[in-house]
Amino acid sequence: MSTPFYVSPEQLMKDRADFARKGIARGRSLAAVQYADGVLLVTENPSQALHKVSELYDRLAFAAVGRYNEFENLRIAGVRLADMRGYAYDRRDVTGRGLANAYAQTLGTIFSSGGEKPYEVEIFVAEVGATAADDQIYRLTYEGRVADEHGFAVMGGDSETVSTYLSEHYTPGASLGEALTVAVAALGHTGDGDRVIPVEDLEVAVLDRTRSQPRKFSRLRPARVAELLGPRGTPEHAAPLPDDGAPGTGATTSSTDDPADPTDQVSGNVAPLENPSTGEPPSGEPPVAPPL
Amino acid sequence: MSDARIPGAFLRPGTSSFSDFLAENAPDLLPARRSLPAGSAAEIAPHGTTIVAVTFPGGLVMAGDRRATMGNVIAQRDIQKVFPADEYSVVGIAGTAGLAVEMVRLFQVELEHYEKIEGSILSLDGKANRLSALIRANLGMAMQGLAVVPMFAGYDLDSGTGRIFGYDVTGGRHEEASFFTVGSGSLFARGALKKLYRDDLSSDDAVRVCLQALYDAADDDSATGGPDLTRRIFPIVWVVTADGAVQLDEAAIGALADEVVGARMARPDGPLAPLPGGGEEAQA
Repeated sequence: MSTPFYVSPEQLMKDRADFARKGIARGRSLAAVQYADGVLLVTENPSQALHKVSELYDRLAFAAVGRYNEFENLRIAGVRLADMRGYAYDRRDVTGRGLANAYAQTLGTIFSSGGEKPYEVEIFVAEVGATAADDQIYRLTYEGRVADEHGFAVMGGDSETVSTYLSEHYTPGASLGEALTVAVAALGHTGDGDRVIPVEDLEVAVLDRTRSQPRKFSRLRPARVAELLGPRGTPEHAAPLPDDGAPGTGATTSSTDDPADPTDQVSGNVAPLENPSTGEPPSGEPPVAPPL
Repeated sequence: MSDARIPGAFLRPGTSSFSDFLAENAPDLLPARRSLPAGSAAEIAPHGTTIVAVTFPGGLVMAGDRRATMGNVIAQRDIQKVFPADEYSVVGIAGTAGLAVEMVRLFQVELEHYEKIEGSILSLDGKANRLSALIRANLGMAMQGLAVVPMFAGYDLDSGTGRIFGYDVTGGRHEEASFFTVGSGSLFARGALKKLYRDDLSSDDAVRVCLQALYDAADDDSATGGPDLTRRIFPIVWVVTADGAVQLDEAAIGALADEVVGARMARPDGPLAPLPGGGEEAQA
């Protein structure tokens, strides 16, 4: 009988946290910044169709970094929760705190349950109130921790660098244009210098309390973003991420059977019943069950 | 439920329809899923009455009176019967008021839900079809006297025109080219609209036409309320154009209603339509 490996709970949690953290740091940063009329959410996202920032409810927005399929699931769950609660009770009864708690419980349970892989996502739930003092930004991490942030918050990618830049340049109560300029400069800031992010690579949305409709969320189109940012230096696209543009590899043409390559077209050179630990082919005799 | 995590059904990809989601996971919340004891409930539930809608180049106007009745009693003087469905469409209700208002609430969430999940707005025909489905689900209750017959209208972003859809209790929908009315006073209102409608109305004139038609409905139908000058309760009017749906404010409608009522003091039957080939014109 084989002895199962012992892994201490500390080590298990640390491994899972490392796994999730690595996945999140692979993407690009996303910044949430409070300004005079609400909350601004900015990220660098060349895709016009796959959003990282979207509307949850009247006064609530959702922003996420990490694995798209995982946070898209969470976003849809949030929209359904919010719409169901607003329909069963009243639109005013849908709060950011309620949604942040539901997300925290879900992420926390998934992180600590042995059977599932932890979600590689980090989420903001932003809420705009009647005045700037009522605005909230909830940050949810992969292990279900909730924190409410004030002023600004950054997640994903090299969030430390962006966050440091913002803490040096952020001013409370700024206009939309000023807040956007600082946020975009922060996203383009790296240890080796500053980059001007092209307008069409920016995904920008606001929760604007001055909007006359009950739904306060609105996306800013590239033309409007360009107008708010004003003249800047020469824009430069980001270097592709390691994962970008790397679809699954096709079948290799190797004529040998490589057990490590699931796409090779050859089989049969290695007998299917090799010893799993040594990789040695069987002796030729069919395996016989040990006597009881 | 001891597990505080979001239930699996919420995380499962699939439908973008809020009512389908409710039907699967919380059917009690659907207005049409309630079972009624046998018999008619028509006498005990307030009914809403007349709604009119008129298109004009580049948009449309929908207006509704403010009365709800229960048999011979006026149940409510200031009920709201025209609602925004989303940014570019409005829905007006006639029939059992309680159910109709709930259906409108569900319809509003249905459109918003789709927009949020899919990231794009439903086509105007798509919206009209969703409303059909909601009305069809209510057929059982309609047969027990609790019918809801809404009217849907919106600005079609693709064709750049205002379009009106009428319904029957089975969910059948039909598009109306220029104007439409529903509710108990609809016959009288439709007669007025036939004489007053022309296809080059301005948005202000379209509002005037609607107010005239509602006045005529209230004139001949006891369940339709006319402008209440003593309480200053006036019809609710929504104007939908490429800029979205806007409710006319109380002061503006008050001024127009005063104008309509003032003219009726001189001529109670309302504006005189020209009679082509008639005596006066033949002489001219």
